[in-house]
Amino acid sequence: MALAKPYLDIPGTTIFDADLARRGYHLNMFCMSLMKADHRARFKAGERKYLDEWPMSEDQKQAVLARDYNRMISLGGNIYFLAKIFSTDGLSFQYAAATMTGMSQEAYASMMLDGGRPPEGNRYIGEKA
Amino acid sequence: MARITAGIATSHVPAIGAAIDLGKTQEPYWAPVFAGYEFSKRWIAAHEPDVVFLAYNDHASAFSLDVVPTFAIGCAEQFAPADEGWGPRPVPTVPGHPELAAHVAQSLIQSDFDLTVINKMDVDHGLTVPLSLMFGQPQSWPCRVIPFAVNVVLYPPPSGLRCFRLGQALRQAVESFDADLDVQVWGTGGMSHQLQGPRAGLINKAFDQSFLDRLIAEPEAQARMPHIDYMREAGSEGIELVMWLIMRGALNARVKTTHRFYHVPASNTAVGHLILENQP
Repeated sequence: MALAKPYLDIPGTTIFDADLARRGYHLNMFCMSLMKADHRARFKAGERKYLDEWPMSEDQKQAVLARDYNRMISLGGNIYFLAKIFSTDGLSFQYAAATMTGMSQEAYASMMLDGGRPPEGNRYIGEKA
Repeated sequence: MARITAGIATSHVPAIGAAIDLGKTQEPYWAPVFAGYEFSKRWIAAHEPDVVFLAYNDHASAFSLDVVPTFAIGCAEQFAPADEGWGPRPVPTVPGHPELAAHVAQSLIQSDFDLTVINKMDVDHGLTVPLSLMFGQPQSWPCRVIPFAVNVVLYPPPSGLRCFRLGQALRQAVESFDADLDVQVWGTGGMSHQLQGPRAGLINKAFDQSFLDRLIAEPEAQARMPHIDYMREAGSEGIELVMWLIMRGALNARVKTTHRFYHVPASNTAVGHLILENQP
């Protein structure tokens, strides 16, 4: 019997469950490798070559090269692991969050100062605020 | 005998640690966050514990996807600050309490909580940011710390009720330790926040305030809230709040709210903070 996944109707949200963790294992372990300074240096010197050392899917590799975080998440990436990529790029969590929302970092930061994204209209897919 | 005297809850946002480490706490963006901890620093100086049992989550620092323990207790003599990709935070090494940790591990496992015992582990911002918020920037931490890592990264985390019951069993474990120790239990993480996807930036002040009210006054009812309610209402990372229930479960039914603070935002997150003292 398939497991119940009551979280699939939360808009703009991917819950990192056991299925995604299985699909994203090598992507996330590649990210984890960037915790070491010499690995970061090798990655920066040749991203494609470094990625080819990992048994990741071509889709996963392309998403990393394009820094498409939403795509990486849909392919099993978890945000705390993906954080190693934007940290390697010298970019902040707020920058990464902004790129996933399609907003500029400035507009995103301004939304947070104004109290953040409201829950109204954001609880269910198709919900009106 | 050892006794639990107080519980502390606080968010553990990494940017707060960076603001402390880079001397930015008085900047206009950060000053209101740190103002909420001024009372707490004075209070803890007057109520210094011997040991802090600190429930937090690791953020892909000590645990990769190779091993994902649901509950892991740090039994080592000390824990080094983790290199999270930009070098370790410039904070002191965290001294453990191996004797009490071993006692708690044995007691909790015999109470049907199947802990993972960790004898070597680095600790990331989830653990060190709360220490910095409460103790500032000392040369060495003023008490010993037992790190208690809870998985909230890989769904599903333990339920709120499981965390609450674990806190209750923790209290029995501490009270059966034969040494005169003042122990505080800290629950960290939260409050509402979402760090991923097009819904990133979600904040729910009404949910957060209700959580604080219910955690204090009717914790067992709050503990029965299902995961989906946290994720839908408080953001995918708001699920970290289940860790606060470990702290609350370790306290008396009646507590005094010594301090309560709430602020939005710190980077992507709503900051919540409580000091609760046991009442007879």
